[in-house]
Amino acid sequence: MARAVSSRRKAINTAVAWAIGLLIFFPILWTILTSFKTEAQAIADPPIFLGFDWTLENYRIVQERSNYMRFLWNSVIIAGFSTILGVIIAVPAAWSMAFVPSRRTKDILLWMLSTKMLPAVGVLYPIYLICIELGVLDNRVALVVIIMLINLPIIVWMLYTYFREIPGEILEAARMDGASLRNEILYVLTPMAVPGIASTVLLNFILAWNEAFWTLNLTAVNAAPLTAFIASYSSPEGLFFAKLSAASTMAIAPILILGWFSQKQLVRGLTFGAVK
Amino acid sequence: MGRITLEKVQKKFGETEVIPPLDLTIEDGEFVVFVGPSGCGKSTLLRLIAGLEDVSSGEIRIDGQPATDLPPAKRGLAMVFQSYALYPHMTVRKNIAFPMKMAGMDQAEQDRRIKKAADALNLTDYLDRRPGQLSGGQRQRVAIGRAIVREPAAFLFDEPLSNLDAALRVGMRLEISELHSRLETTMIYVTHDQVEAMTMADKIVVLRAGNIEQVGSPLELYREPRNVFVAGFIGSPKMNLMSGPAAQAHGAHTIGIRPEHLDVVESGGTFSGKVGVSEHLGSDTFFHVHVDAMEEPMTVRAGGEVGLRHGDMIHLEPQADKIHRFDEKGLRIA
Repeated sequence: MARAVSSRRKAINTAVAWAIGLLIFFPILWTILTSFKTEAQAIADPPIFLGFDWTLENYRIVQERSNYMRFLWNSVIIAGFSTILGVIIAVPAAWSMAFVPSRRTKDILLWMLSTKMLPAVGVLYPIYLICIELGVLDNRVALVVIIMLINLPIIVWMLYTYFREIPGEILEAARMDGASLRNEILYVLTPMAVPGIASTVLLNFILAWNEAFWTLNLTAVNAAPLTAFIASYSSPEGLFFAKLSAASTMAIAPILILGWFSQKQLVRGLTFGAVK
Repeated sequence: MGRITLEKVQKKFGETEVIPPLDLTIEDGEFVVFVGPSGCGKSTLLRLIAGLEDVSSGEIRIDGQPATDLPPAKRGLAMVFQSYALYPHMTVRKNIAFPMKMAGMDQAEQDRRIKKAADALNLTDYLDRRPGQLSGGQRQRVAIGRAIVREPAAFLFDEPLSNLDAALRVGMRLEISELHSRLETTMIYVTHDQVEAMTMADKIVVLRAGNIEQVGSPLELYREPRNVFVAGFIGSPKMNLMSGPAAQAHGAHTIGIRPEHLDVVESGGTFSGKVGVSEHLGSDTFFHVHVDAMEEPMTVRAGGEVGLRHGDMIHLEPQADKIHRFDEKGLRIA
């Protein structure tokens, strides 16, 4: 419902919203700016905001020193496949919870969510040992599976919420029309839930892309994604802020662009149910 | 063919018995209406027949074949839902084609049936639209079209008209009746509206709390209601039911007189009272008459232009052969 808001009030609200927005965005902006500075300018005190000599030197060095494309490719593979795999597993799970709930459904959902509250480092040791045992340390497939499992509760929860918005009668109609369970999910439920599934895929792709704890701990070279690429610039030869910033900018650019173009879908998907 | 028999069919949700064991036979080609107040179990009964709910015990047979454990699709029945339940992401054409596609029917046959259904239901111009772009009546027709193309053994309708406005409802009522006489396929129709039941049914099944109160043709139910509940439920406006001295005079615990069976007389008459609310419909007038020593006002049907006003005295005489008598248990006395 629209409420009457005075124009002065509106101006204040706008200013506050912009201030918060800038505050949140500032670290990213600063990283991007720093990536164009020389190492000396990057650590200058007082900091230089815009009045520095813009240079692409850092990007050139980063590009020379490490194979960006290989890290990027690993990120795409890990984030992409873990999301796809997660959705394939979560759609039937969410279907059963939304449309044929049992007395335990609520408990299972909460239990699944509770795994997200577990500090990841608590299970690092066992998972690390399992990976060694199976010989899958620094392996992309293993990472796809692990990241998928980490995000699965969120995928199931999101899909469950969207599916709940879909009237059960439509699925019953499909059943009357002779659709098998597979066809019911494939031809009726999934197309109707497309907006919800799209938001889920987007959000989980971003989460998987940004996942650093597991990727850093379980990879070395072969399966290392962009998070490892950034990390490789953080310590060995002391801190080189400009180069680190250039690496960071290169690592976050793809997901930032993706997020920018899909923000409408993301916000819509996160704020209200799929089908009315 | 579409003969459906229920034998001792019972439904429980947990500990609650929604439908106590009941027997019912629906003959091939019949238009059967399940009617009753909300919560009487009529929709549940329909869903049991459809296979959308599992029976707790008992047997359902379709054309003599046991169907109790068959999934909905294997029963050869088509259902039209209250909310239409169309697939919003598909065009009208695809909606109608869906059951045929699921059955793996060849494309030429699909197209032929779609065309036939669309012609019959005036949907030809809308085949490429989506349900969201159609009016309520059109959506309802698409839902019916989707049911027709399967050439089912029986059609199941779950309160299909309750989301339509009054004018459209009358039109669709006629269309469904016409469809039935054209297809001569068994139809089971659930409604809480006794007018729909009376106008459409070959056979009405009156339900209350999961129990079948009476099964019969509309006129049988109107003329010889088996008990007080059916008497009060069938007929519009409601039958006047009274007990006490007026009933004892006829040797009954309760008597019922329909508003149309009360004559307005100049003087005397069995009942006298003051006119309360009058409802003028043009063709008829319904007077609500406050009779002394009676709690509820009596409803009387009179001609269209009777010049009686609020507060006027009125004398009423029931038509002697049209008085329904019921015993203490509410059952009809023959």
